[in-house]
Amino acid sequence: MADFDAIVVGSGCAGPVAAHELATRGKSVLVIERGNFAGAKNVSGGRLYTHALREVFPNFRDDAPLERRVVRERISMLEPEAGLTIEFSDEQMRDESQDSYTVLRAQFDPWLVSQAEAAGAEYIHGIAVESLIKDGNRVTGVSAGGDEISADVVILCDGVNSLLAEQAVGTPRPSRSSVAVGIKQVIELDEHVINERFTCSSDEGAAWLFMGDATHGHVGGGFLYTNKNSISLGLVVTVADMVEADTTIAQLLEDFRQHPVIAPVIAGGAVVEHSGHLVAEGGYNALPTLIGDGVMLAGESAMMCLNAGYTVRGMDLAIAAGMHAGRSAATALDNGDTSSKGLGSYVKALEDSFVIKDMKTLRRFPDFMEHTPRMFSTYPELACSLARQMFLVDGTPMKPVRKKAWPLLKDVGLFNLLKDARKGVKAL
Amino acid sequence: MSTLKPITVNVDAYLGLNKYEVDEGNPHIEVAPEPETELFKELVRICPAGLYKMDGDQPMSVDFAGCLECGTCRIVGAGAIIASWRYPSATMGIEYRYG
Repeated sequence: MADFDAIVVGSGCAGPVAAHELATRGKSVLVIERGNFAGAKNVSGGRLYTHALREVFPNFRDDAPLERRVVRERISMLEPEAGLTIEFSDEQMRDESQDSYTVLRAQFDPWLVSQAEAAGAEYIHGIAVESLIKDGNRVTGVSAGGDEISADVVILCDGVNSLLAEQAVGTPRPSRSSVAVGIKQVIELDEHVINERFTCSSDEGAAWLFMGDATHGHVGGGFLYTNKNSISLGLVVTVADMVEADTTIAQLLEDFRQHPVIAPVIAGGAVVEHSGHLVAEGGYNALPTLIGDGVMLAGESAMMCLNAGYTVRGMDLAIAAGMHAGRSAATALDNGDTSSKGLGSYVKALEDSFVIKDMKTLRRFPDFMEHTPRMFSTYPELACSLARQMFLVDGTPMKPVRKKAWPLLKDVGLFNLLKDARKGVKAL
Repeated sequence: MSTLKPITVNVDAYLGLNKYEVDEGNPHIEVAPEPETELFKELVRICPAGLYKMDGDQPMSVDFAGCLECGTCRIVGAGAIIASWRYPSATMGIEYRYG
């Protein structure tokens, strides 16, 4: 007889949801979190699409610590001294079936824990799982804080830099080309100043992505999210590209802060936290084995992350994966079979859900990004040059736009442009 | 690899705004005894906390007290420059207040 029906390692987005689903189905479940509280070790860019959360917690809006609902989507293409910005706003962004919120994980994650605890899940904070206990190929428990605790199934939700995934299912350490490095600062700014700068109410705000000079042309981009009393500002740059750069990632962020498009937005703000996070960028092709005998992986520990360039998602995938992991584990426990075969319904559920479907749809995108450097330098510059030709007036007689545009397009090469556009359309 | 442009950012000042419980004398990352300069330069570029430093008469130095526990150096330095990588002991290390 095992100590628990299930042990969940790590309390981010996937862990507490998996525990909640198990507990509501009458299973004994223990969540082990190495931080002093859930969220203490967790970082995200900052925007959560609510659809997956709603499926588990239909009344989450009553008390979940959400920052601002996103009602403005912006994308900017930057040159060192210029930026062309597209803004999309839509009343449908207020539609509860498809809205999204900015979140701060040190506030949001403890709320998820409270939901799991209310359902009956047990929690230990401040204890690290050092290793898994195995009987042959089968995971039978964990070794944590010097104690051995057994369970019929162990669910790994220990994040993108999981030190246990390899022991669990033989996942090799991620390769350089499948990860990016994220860097972020939370910049405190008065709530009303944010409202004015983003022309929004206190409950609503913006999500803003940047390409081009945000990363000085390196493969990746910048992001900005408005929280209630702060702004999350950061960059994500592919590791394979960054190691060759002529600057450091921290300097890159410093330069981004001073870009003329960003500086006035954060002016008067005070940095209150500086964070870093590894980002899984390999997409569908880099997904590891999701189950083994007595073990399952959910969220970033399974490299679940979706990058479409204009939007990046991880938290809704983790919540959905945690939900499916918890439900499938409960069924497997009921059937008395938590072998890899018995847990197979988890993989099937993910394949039938947006998690794997969307990752599959975008499976060519990581390769497209990596092999189309023009996306990060030439095209943002082209966009700014075209805009400059259109909007700056110095009194010399005008040329038709097509005549202004032609030399710029010729510089890039029409063939390159068509080729990249074709590849891009295929990848998305 | 390109030569580094002048660095103006004071990352240590930013790290000073974070909350840490430093595990004195118990570093959770071990760098190989004689790291290859080229590999070390990669870590200088990718560490978001700027912990890997090359300047002045101390050509290579590293201090893990400000570690953000992202794991990027574990991936980049795998099998070569990073001799061992584990998380700080439970409750130690970074404690994000915003995340």
